[in-house]
Amino acid sequence: MNAMYEQALLLNRKPDGPASFDEYRQSGGYDALIDAVKKRSPKELKQMVLDSGLRGRGGAGFPTGRKWMGVPDDAGFPRYVLPNTDEMEPGTFKDRILVNADPHLVIEGIVLAAYAISAEKGIFFIRPSYELDAELMERELQVAREAGFLGKNILGSDFSFDLAVHRSGGRYICGEATAQVNAIQGARGHPIKTGKHMTVEGLWDRPTLVNNVETLSCAPHILRKGAEWFKNLSKTESGAGNKLFCVSGKVARPDCFELPIGIRLSEIIDEFAGGMTPGSEYKACLPGGASTSFMSKKYYDTEMDFESLKDVGHRLGTGAIIVFDQNTCLVAATLNLISYFARESCGWCTPCREGIPYIRDLLQRLENGEGKTEYIQELRNMADYQSHSYCAFAPGAASPLRGLLDYFEHEIHEHISQKKCPFPKP
Amino acid sequence: MLPPDLYESLRSKIEKSEHPRELAVDTMYAVQSHYGYLSDEGLREAAELLNVTPLELEELATFYDFIYREPVGKFVIHVCDGVVCWMFHEGSVFNYLCEKLGVGTGGTTSDGLFTVLPTACIGYCDRAPAMIINGVFYGPLTPEKIDEILDKLRADHCELVLCR
Repeated sequence: MNAMYEQALLLNRKPDGPASFDEYRQSGGYDALIDAVKKRSPKELKQMVLDSGLRGRGGAGFPTGRKWMGVPDDAGFPRYVLPNTDEMEPGTFKDRILVNADPHLVIEGIVLAAYAISAEKGIFFIRPSYELDAELMERELQVAREAGFLGKNILGSDFSFDLAVHRSGGRYICGEATAQVNAIQGARGHPIKTGKHMTVEGLWDRPTLVNNVETLSCAPHILRKGAEWFKNLSKTESGAGNKLFCVSGKVARPDCFELPIGIRLSEIIDEFAGGMTPGSEYKACLPGGASTSFMSKKYYDTEMDFESLKDVGHRLGTGAIIVFDQNTCLVAATLNLISYFARESCGWCTPCREGIPYIRDLLQRLENGEGKTEYIQELRNMADYQSHSYCAFAPGAASPLRGLLDYFEHEIHEHISQKKCPFPKP
Repeated sequence: MLPPDLYESLRSKIEKSEHPRELAVDTMYAVQSHYGYLSDEGLREAAELLNVTPLELEELATFYDFIYREPVGKFVIHVCDGVVCWMFHEGSVFNYLCEKLGVGTGGTTSDGLFTVLPTACIGYCDRAPAMIINGVFYGPLTPEKIDEILDKLRADHCELVLCR
């Protein structure tokens, strides 16, 4: 898609549909799997992924190699791989683009992960809005099976692994790993804490590896071209690899771009997303979906890397950059985000179930011009309380609120003093 | 009552499954697809097939966006109300649809064709504001485009119920 940076995940992306099995093979696809089952031990695979510095692309950024190594060598069987394609973080559409660009890259990544942890079954968990992608995957899985890359005795080895598509009924929280396990088990998708890692005790109490599909799709490239190559794709020392950045909002060319980790936010927006739409001026962005904080203009040159963002108090999240312009009211934007989280809360724990609707109520009053100055401190307190919740959902929900309070408190004051929203209405 | 061939195919799938409860959502989709929504009768039948109580299945049915416990139209219009679509005045898209079709949130047109619902970010943010109808994405939306889409769906029923 772009000539400036080496492409791997979206190398085979084209406008007229997904890359076929043959096209994927011609680009070197499945070579890593052939090489792995013939020559490499699962241990070697895990070491390579660890050495590559790959971190989870689904939002949390956990080192992938360490997660894979979390499955104990002497753990029981069966073991499971859950490629997470539930993608419901607002602003995020990279997994849809990836699955549609190169389904066999996704499949090869999943099979390699299965080989690394000796899993025999995979469950491809996908949201209902992506039904057409679920059907695409089912077709391509069959192609992979017929070619001997999936199913019993893969490529004549004693490694057997098969993958089934599991359709979700559609609920944001099911993207959370433990909630996803509950959902697959036919229970309500509440997050669970068993005190044990999923890699030890997950689906049906068996060792389970839950990875985002973008994360898994990095594996074939790492194995083919080496951990060093992958690490060096990054523009920053602390980063590794490329990342799919989805840019949306008030930019001229919203799209998903494969770019090196550590690329500056300004370069992504100005060079790749074509700058702002005519008449729009950059005010803020959410750098990694709805569960990250607003970043004001002073962060415009920040390097988009897990560590660089952490150093300035922000998070890379899913790498979904949502851009807001000078005419967009951030109180109203936060109200939209908080309303989303209030609806999507699974209702299990009190700070989330009760706290988020309370925040929504305060923001609604502010937006209506009925706000009071003391609401600001109240909102801060409520944002803090979210850290007492059961899972990462509520602290994520509080992130944009914190951004609003930290960088755009003046907008709240304008709502209070003018007794109305000071922004133009459409 | 479910037709015998559908009942039989569901029963056999569940029987063959190592973990029948993994088929809970699939079974609800299949029953919903038959009745047009997950009716009380359908819920009881699905529960019986899965060997869970209707209450246990109700717990799931009411948890999910795409399981409809109330009658819906042939085309369920899920309008994205995620923050990106909101930025592009998703509210006016939603209101336009409701006005045009003469229904409120969750309401169904009298010809039984359309139901309008708000929904969580559908992952079509590069084409905001957007909506999804039976598995097919539409965006970026304008009133003119919405008119066109509705006319096309009225004339051409073949794209029915892709979400199952």
